[in-house]
Amino acid sequence: MMRLELVKRAEKSRLMSVLSPVVAVALTVVFAGIVFAAQGHNPFTGIWYFFLEPITSLWGVEQLITKATPLVIIALGLSVCYLSNNWNIGAEGQLTFGAIVGSIPPILFPDFVNPLVLPLMLLMAMAGGAMFALIPAKLKTAFGTNEILTSLMLVYCANLFLDWMVRGPWRSPEGYNFPITVDFHEWAVLNAVDVGGIYLNLSAPIALLLVIVLAVVMRSTLKGFEIRVLGQSPRAGSFAGFSTRRMTAFAFALSGALAGLAGVMVVMSEIGKLQPVISPGYGFTAIIVAFLGRLNPVGILIAGLVIASSYLGGEAIQTSLQMSSKLATVIQGVLLFFVLAADTLILYKVRLVTGREGEGAHA
Amino acid sequence: MLEAIILTIITAATPLLLAAIGELVAEKSGVLNLGVEGMMVMGAVAGFAVTVSTGSPLMGVVGGAVAGVLVSLIFAFVTLTLVANQVASGLALTLFGLGLSGLLGESFVGQPGIKLASLDIPGLTTLPVVGKIVFGQDILVYLSFAAVFGVAWFLNRTRAGLILRAVGDNHASAHALGYSVIGVRYLAVMFGGAMAGLGGAYMSIAYTPLWVENMTAGRGWIALALVVFASWMPWRAVIGAYLFGAVTVLQFHAQALGIGFPPQFLSMLPYLATVIVLVAISGNRRATLFNTPSSLGKSFVPDR
Repeated sequence: MMRLELVKRAEKSRLMSVLSPVVAVALTVVFAGIVFAAQGHNPFTGIWYFFLEPITSLWGVEQLITKATPLVIIALGLSVCYLSNNWNIGAEGQLTFGAIVGSIPPILFPDFVNPLVLPLMLLMAMAGGAMFALIPAKLKTAFGTNEILTSLMLVYCANLFLDWMVRGPWRSPEGYNFPITVDFHEWAVLNAVDVGGIYLNLSAPIALLLVIVLAVVMRSTLKGFEIRVLGQSPRAGSFAGFSTRRMTAFAFALSGALAGLAGVMVVMSEIGKLQPVISPGYGFTAIIVAFLGRLNPVGILIAGLVIASSYLGGEAIQTSLQMSSKLATVIQGVLLFFVLAADTLILYKVRLVTGREGEGAHA
Repeated sequence: MLEAIILTIITAATPLLLAAIGELVAEKSGVLNLGVEGMMVMGAVAGFAVTVSTGSPLMGVVGGAVAGVLVSLIFAFVTLTLVANQVASGLALTLFGLGLSGLLGESFVGQPGIKLASLDIPGLTTLPVVGKIVFGQDILVYLSFAAVFGVAWFLNRTRAGLILRAVGDNHASAHALGYSVIGVRYLAVMFGGAMAGLGGAYMSIAYTPLWVENMTAGRGWIALALVVFASWMPWRAVIGAYLFGAVTVLQFHAQALGIGFPPQFLSMLPYLATVIVLVAISGNRRATLFNTPSSLGKSFVPDR
C-alpha cells in the first residue's frame, strides 16, 4: 500500500514560498491540457488558445488589464481580511451595494453635471461597500456570529436589492421597459484614453496605486504588523494592545470599500448604467486571486493578471475550438485547489511511503 | 390549502435536511467542509444527467450521491492528506463545483426531466388529512428522516460514533489511543458528500425536474448554517430545515395571495432568516461552545 506522508520542515521553506504558486499554475496547465485532450483537441493547441493567444494582441492586453483591475482591487482588501483571520467571502455583495450607492449622483441628480461627480461617486461607492461589509463584521464582534455565513447570505440580498432597484424605483422611463437605469452623464463615466495603443481608463492606475500603498503599509507600518500579528496569534496581539474587534471592523470596512470601488468603476467604465447583473462574479473570483497571490499585494497583482487571462481564455476557446467558455471557471477552481495543496510544501516535505515502512513508531 | 402548504414545506426542507445531516457528521469528526454548495450542485447536475440518460430517477438519485462523494474526495485529499486550510479549500470546492456543474450541465439546459415518483399505497395514501403528507412522499423525503434517526443513533449509541466524536473533539488523544484520525475524517467527509449530493439530486429530480445552472441557489450555505443552528444535534436539524422550508415557501404563497410586496424582498427572506437565526444562536455562547467539536477546522498531522 502506498500513501503520502508529511514531514514537518524545521522552518518555512523560502524557496517553496516563491515556487508553490508556480507549481500550482504549472499543474493547472497540465490539467487543462488533459481536459483538451479528453475533448479530442490537441492539448498544446488548447493550451495556446486558452493561456497565450488572448494576450498576443494589443486588444487582448487591454482586455486583460480591464478584467484584472477589479479582481486585483477586491483581492487586496480580501487579503487584509484573510491575513487578520476575518473570513469575508461576501465581496460580491459589497461590490453590488457599493455600486448602487455610488450610482446615486447620476441617477437621482442627473442635472448635477460637474467634474466633482466622478470623485463623489467613487467615495460614495467606497462608503456604501464599507457599510455593507460592516454588517457581518459587527455581528461577529457583538454576538460572535460566523462571518463566513452572514457575509455570503448578504450577497444574495444585495443582488436581489439591485434587481428590485433597476426594475422598480430606478428604472429608466426611456428604457423601453428594460430593467435598466438612465445612462450616466459624461462626468459619471470613466473614459478610456490611448496609452501606447492600449485604451485604458482611470481604474487601472488606481489599482496599481492601491497595490503599492498596501505593499508599503504591510511591509513597513505598524498597521501592517498589527494585521499579521492578530491573524497569527490574537492573544499575542492583545498583549501588544491590539484589539481583535477593531481589526475585524477595519478589515471588513477596508475590503468592503475596495469591493464597492471596484464595483462602481466597472459600472462607470463598462456599462454606463445600472442593470440587474453588473459583475461576472468578480467578488468570488477575487478570493482565488487573493490566495494565488499568497495574500501579498504584489503577488495579487500577478495573480489578478493570471486569473483575468483565464476569462479571456474561456472566450478564446469558445470561438476557436468551439468549447464551452465555462471551462474557465473550472480551471479557476482547480487552480485554487492546486495553490492550497502546493502551499503544503512550504511547511512540510511530502514523502511517498510504500508498504509498512514508516508505521513502526506507533504500530 | 393547508395540505398544499405542508407539502411544499416538505419539498423545500428536504434538500436542506439531507445536506445538513451530512455536514453535521463531517463537522462532528472535526472537519469544516464549506464546500456543501459545490457538492450539492454537482449532485444536482449528476442526478439530472443520470436520470435523463437512463430514464430512471432512482438511478439519478444514486448518481447524485456518487458525484457528491467524488468531489468531496478532492476536498478530503487536499485538507486531510495535504493539510491545506479547510476554510479556503471549502471555498475552492464550492467554486469548482459551481464551474464544473455549469460545464457538464450545458447540454442539459432546457431538457425535460423525469420526476421522482411519490409513494402510493392504496388505502393509506388516500386517507383524509394525513394520507398524502405521511404516505405520499418520494423516497428521498423518507430517506432524510431515516438519516436523522440513523445519524442520531450512530453518534450517540454506537462505538464507531463515539470514536468519530472523539476524533472531532480531541484528535491528538484519539490518535494516541490508536484510532486513525485521518481515516475516520475521510469517511465522514465522504458521508457529507453523499448526503449533499442527494440534497442536490432532490433539487433536480424531485423539487423541479429541470437542470438550471446554479440551481441550488445558496442552499448549501443555508445547510451549513443549519448545522450551527442545530448545535450539532441531528434532531434540531429537522426543526431548522422545516423552519427554513416554511420561510422559503412563504414567498410563493405570499405572491399567490397577492400581497403587494416586491418579489425580490420575499426572495431575500431565507437568506435574511439565516442571518437572524445565526445571530440568535450565537447569543447563547455557552451552549454553542459546549456543543462545538473542539477540533473543528483544525488540521491534524500524525506524529510518528
